[in-house]
Amino acid sequence: MTPSTPPLRTFGQPHAFPGKLIIVEGIDGSGKSTQLLLLQKWLESRGHNVFFTEWNSSDLVKETTKKGKKSKSLTPTTFSLLHATDFASRLYHSILPPLKAGMIVLADRYAYTAFARDAVRGVSRAWVRKLYNFAVQPDLAFYFKVPIDTAIARLLGGTRGQFKYYEAGMDMGISQDVTESFKVFQSRILSEYDKIVDEYGLTVMDATREIEEQQDEMRTVVTKALEHYKPKRGGYGKRTAVFWRRFGLSKPE
Amino acid sequence: MAKGRQYFGDGLAYLNPSDLKGKLIVIEGTDGVGRSTHIELLQEWLEVQGYGVITTGWTRSSLMSKTIESAKQGNILDHWSLSLLYATDFADRLEHQIIPALRSGFIVLADRYIYTAFARDTVRSGEPTWIRDVFGFALVPDLVCYLRIDADTLALRVLESNGMDYWESGMDLRLGADLYDSFKKYQTLMIEEFDKMAEEFKFEVVDARKSLEEIQEFLRSKIQPMLKDGRNRGLARVPVPVGTPAPTEGS
Repeated sequence: MTPSTPPLRTFGQPHAFPGKLIIVEGIDGSGKSTQLLLLQKWLESRGHNVFFTEWNSSDLVKETTKKGKKSKSLTPTTFSLLHATDFASRLYHSILPPLKAGMIVLADRYAYTAFARDAVRGVSRAWVRKLYNFAVQPDLAFYFKVPIDTAIARLLGGTRGQFKYYEAGMDMGISQDVTESFKVFQSRILSEYDKIVDEYGLTVMDATREIEEQQDEMRTVVTKALEHYKPKRGGYGKRTAVFWRRFGLSKPE
Repeated sequence: MAKGRQYFGDGLAYLNPSDLKGKLIVIEGTDGVGRSTHIELLQEWLEVQGYGVITTGWTRSSLMSKTIESAKQGNILDHWSLSLLYATDFADRLEHQIIPALRSGFIVLADRYIYTAFARDTVRSGEPTWIRDVFGFALVPDLVCYLRIDADTLALRVLESNGMDYWESGMDLRLGADLYDSFKKYQTLMIEEFDKMAEEFKFEVVDARKSLEEIQEFLRSKIQPMLKDGRNRGLARVPVPVGTPAPTEGS
């Protein structure tokens, strides 16, 4: 690092909980969810207690977001605040408890998603960063970087078939054509992500490569990050070992 | 000439507030001090003079009021979610009610404003920076009147009217063994926060134990000079409907 590089931004101090927080970021079609799912299976197969959480999923604001989207009365600011509320609620109910209990928490999207999306929708970049100041600093943050055309090809070729209204930024009046709107909107998000990667020092993954190649690299990075991690075990692991011993067998991996 | 209207902090990047010519008048004070009665009286007083008036109240947005109600019934325990729900409600009202009204030269009477959110969050978190950053998009009001009361009198008033409510008693903070103890401790903390803000943000403070007439008189005396100034700056005047008696008070 050259002396002129500004220090990386964080959400306050790194957390002091025994667990680990690993997050993935990227636009739709970057393959980040697939990679995270594979990582989860791998970690579980290695005997870790893993907790998974994803963006915009708490019951509290799901209904309201749906209502606001339906009546199209959401503004960039209320849109941003609703997602922050959802995030706060998930942080409190789903992320902090397993981190405190010493589990590995995997999050599909984190506050960086809001930084990118909300800025494109027109809210102040400084404001949205302050909004999420209560967030926990992740131990590891992956950004799956992909060209827009690759993402579109994946989404259209996959099971989803079509773009969602807000994901395509259709509310922004960019274009009547959903694919065109998606392309413009998500391209703007990509350029916001590029800034965020530098600002917060995210680990960039080349998301155009084969799934296995990416997963191998991800596992290497995660293994290194977990070097000093001491997993805590609940009673369950012990009891299965006792269970298998009855049959004169050791616990299967 | 004044600089024009401003945002409290990092404002709405997509909206320039400088041409919002109406007046934004805030009445702050805890539950049970009579805010809504005074706002009703002020609205009538202003409308009789021909001003366009709208009122807006805490958690009254069409987007959020139900969500906040259901959240309060149940399971929100963290101050971030609660404060962000209030902020979402406020943003919805700001963009859909307050700003359009101010743009048309209306007088907006706000029953509570961001200071209520500041007090509630700061009492819960112990630090005021985050909540003030969150509400950076709020407009700085033209006038904040604070109806101040002590916790003892407040407790009596609340018991006489609706009784003590879980959230107004700060029961989520586990400050006291029962509703009454908790209410007293919580409201004492809230009043301390309001007192600090009264100095910092230059509230017009009035003793809420005074008679209704005295308080109303005080509020009108603070609003009146702004109207004179506002006439040149395009406050909307609504024709008085036929048959309305001429204004007799507050001239």
